[in-house]
Amino acid sequence: MAPALHPTNQLLNGLSLSFFFFSPVLKKRLVKLVVNFLFYFRTDEAEPIGALLLEHCRISKEEVNVFSISFIEEPDRKYCFECDSEEQCQEWVEALRRASYEFMRRSLIFYRNEIQKMTGKDPLEQYGISEEARFQLGTHKQ
Amino acid sequence: MKLNERSLAFYATCDSPADNAGFLYKKGERNTAYHKRWFVLKGNMLFYFEEKDSREPVGVIILEGCTVELCEAAEEFAFAIKFGCAKSRTYILAAESQAAMESWVKSLSRASFDYMRLVVKELEKQLEEMQRGLPGCRRVHRRSPIYRKSKPALGPDPAAVTVELPPPREKPPGLSCPSLKENGCAVWNNTPGMKDLPDGGIPGGPADSGSRKPAVGSGCEVGPKPPPLPPRRRASSGNSRGTGPVAAESCVCPGTASFSRLHDWYGREIIQLRREGGGGGGGHQL
Repeated sequence: MAPALHPTNQLLNGLSLSFFFFSPVLKKRLVKLVVNFLFYFRTDEAEPIGALLLEHCRISKEEVNVFSISFIEEPDRKYCFECDSEEQCQEWVEALRRASYEFMRRSLIFYRNEIQKMTGKDPLEQYGISEEARFQLGTHKQ
Repeated sequence: MKLNERSLAFYATCDSPADNAGFLYKKGERNTAYHKRWFVLKGNMLFYFEEKDSREPVGVIILEGCTVELCEAAEEFAFAIKFGCAKSRTYILAAESQAAMESWVKSLSRASFDYMRLVVKELEKQLEEMQRGLPGCRRVHRRSPIYRKSKPALGPDPAAVTVELPPPREKPPGLSCPSLKENGCAVWNNTPGMKDLPDGGIPGGPADSGSRKPAVGSGCEVGPKPPPLPPRRRASSGNSRGTGPVAAESCVCPGTASFSRLHDWYGREIIQLRREGGGGGGGHQL
């Protein structure tokens, strides 16, 4: 097995979570958060079984040690994850909530606006990206 | 490899604004003719549709770890999206005008999540330093910071930019890229009795952050600097295996040795997203 996938090499990413998903049987999966995707692997395999795109999703805390991911277009479908501890659960919830591209974009627009208010200058100008569609204030709602 | 395809299709077609959209000609993989497709860039994903008003995308290209280059092709206004892994497909696209080509190349070059994260981190740091430097200043309520733990050092100093495009990204030394299992079947479990969500709100805004410790700065940088440009790409090392742990020089999370494999996956075209409603019952077994 490739060393990179060994759980202890990876801080938050790749911590082993137990899955139970629409079935009474707990399935242990290795889960890895990479940019806005959550990959999942069988624990002894190097290649992912699949991935979840983490856009327009809702991360909710469920009972102790458990959180869920559901998607806006299918709010009654939940992917539930059981962690080893409440602390681990909280870590994952926080990480997953910040994992979407849209969240990143909102943060950027927020900081840009705040800096502009304080300094009167657009902080993106020096990088030549002020006019990029993706960074426009008010263009991307929600 | 399974994906939550419905969510992908939703993201592609929902009315959140696109970062770029338009017709492009895409060179086929087996059939090397160019096919006109409607392309929509959202975040780090480039979707393409058969027609402008198609309900679902035909495919998607995930733009992490790629380079976008002008290319020598028989077709005018052509450019290429390339990935680090030797086995990854290169996408050749052609625009209808010089201006369109330049616009696409620019927006695709900056589309990656990593790039966005770099810029956000930089602005976050700038804001923090400004607030520290103004003792009388009212502290701005901070959004949930992108990083809470201290970060690994950023990559090497960027080379001077002499062209309008950022320098190619660096990829970690490549491991061999095994072929990925491809599972075209996403079967959904319609188990009844799942608890309804109280509302369909989207998480991730300031309201979710609650009170949180502010991010600790890296401490080794003085004053605001431009964010480092994406690190330079090393020559692809093809099939060489990494010896020992891979030094992840990109700003991405540590342990990115498997990223080269993920690059391969990222480069794969997802053809024929399943039509909504098709496939009947059954379970999406993760």
